[in-house]
Amino acid sequence: MIITDQAYLRADGRKGIRNHIVVAYLVECAHHVAREIVYPYRERGVHLIGFGGCYPNDYAARMMRTLCTHPNVGGVLLLSLGCESFNRNSLREAIAASGRPVETLVIQQSGGTRKTIEQGRKLMADLFAKSAAVPQAPLHINEFIVGTVCGGSDATSGITANPGIGRAFDRLVEQKAGCIFEETGELIGCEDIMTARAATPALAEILRDSVTKAAKYYTVLGHGSFAPGNAEGGLTTMEEKSMGAYAKSGASRISGLLKPGDIPPRGGLYLLDVVPDGEVRYGFPNINDNAEIAELIACGSHVILFSTGRGSVVGSAISPVIKVCANPETYRRMSEDMDVDAGKILEGRASLDEVGREILDLALAVARGAQTKSEELGHQEFVLTYKSFEPIGPSCLPSA
Amino acid sequence: MHDPKLLLLDPADNVVVAIQTLEAGDSLTVAGQRVTVPARLTLGHKLAARDIRAGEKILKYRVAIGSATQDIAVGEHVHLHNMKSDYIQTFTLDNGQTFSKTHDHH
Repeated sequence: MIITDQAYLRADGRKGIRNHIVVAYLVECAHHVAREIVYPYRERGVHLIGFGGCYPNDYAARMMRTLCTHPNVGGVLLLSLGCESFNRNSLREAIAASGRPVETLVIQQSGGTRKTIEQGRKLMADLFAKSAAVPQAPLHINEFIVGTVCGGSDATSGITANPGIGRAFDRLVEQKAGCIFEETGELIGCEDIMTARAATPALAEILRDSVTKAAKYYTVLGHGSFAPGNAEGGLTTMEEKSMGAYAKSGASRISGLLKPGDIPPRGGLYLLDVVPDGEVRYGFPNINDNAEIAELIACGSHVILFSTGRGSVVGSAISPVIKVCANPETYRRMSEDMDVDAGKILEGRASLDEVGREILDLALAVARGAQTKSEELGHQEFVLTYKSFEPIGPSCLPSA
Repeated sequence: MHDPKLLLLDPADNVVVAIQTLEAGDSLTVAGQRVTVPARLTLGHKLAARDIRAGEKILKYRVAIGSATQDIAVGEHVHLHNMKSDYIQTFTLDNGQTFSKTHDHH
């Protein structure tokens, strides 16, 4: 099935559904200048991303590389202060090698804030022209990658939006699209049920280990992924919340485990392991929902299905976010921010299958260019923090 | 039989979920019995679908989501005050250093 004839064909053969220019700051000290360059173009698809830290980190370098070469990105402007540790040259080379236009500005060399902003805005015209020249090509559904995340959960999340997304995932996986679910810390308590779905016994063990690792992390930090708002919404325990979160994965066989920046090698359902490897360092694995969204996008997600019960408003830089509202009361209060009213299941206005179909149809429409609510409202949240991962082994991606 | 304001997610479950706000004093049918809602409960909260004994597993989605810390009568609100997680406590730190599973969670 061809989703659209007008995807953006990149030099590496991957195809995007958007053609964003990304302005990326390489340390917090360059953030303001980068934001000022973006500001006049923020409604023309120019997105701001960046890494705030001054110390080197392999994970951050890989995330920035995979995000700047994401198929939804058509060109990149890098903003460096000049003395930070981030290796701006290797990032620029990787972006240039991907066939994208890329420019670098170094604030210490450009003469400070005002001069760098002026130069950056001048470079924008050229980046627009070059990125507009990208060829267009058909996007097959087996080239389409969708990630899912939940945030601001309540007890409706696990009854309406999450199983609705699960139904949409099942239909996408049937048609060989790539589907990614994540947050192993929210799967604590579901290990047995989940590992029974693994493609191979070795993968089953890897899935179980990823959840054990998450449990260890949360134990050391003395804090589970369970916020006071969850209990107010009627959720009582971690495992209850986990069952609700787990429903997003649908019922398909699990084809592999990814870590941030790994691209699914073929269609199928994948678990993204977002909890760092090794000793607990750098604090909480995911400081907020956008940290997880950025990782799903770094794995190639063209679109994110975001389930919320209490009502999140976020979108993201680079890939559109479709918000599926689980709670009909929240939907009525915040409908301007919500793409799908999954809570109507609770009011007898639709079945779970119908909501699943609606989510799938909307994901395909967004791939054809339809704007999500968060895109219309100009959301482009982004966050990237310190983490460390070991590369995945061969058992994580058993061949089909 | 349960009131239409309550959703039984799986026939094996011993809790039902409120799918709309229940007001204090509302009279509801839970498992064929009339019960009075003790306090305002918003959508998503759980009520006991039958009598539950202290220590019994709380089943939702046919899965144990914790266990009762006291006897719970049919129709009672089931939440932090009368049930607890069985899970996260199985992971503890030994002398603040070593990570170990203190007992099997199955």
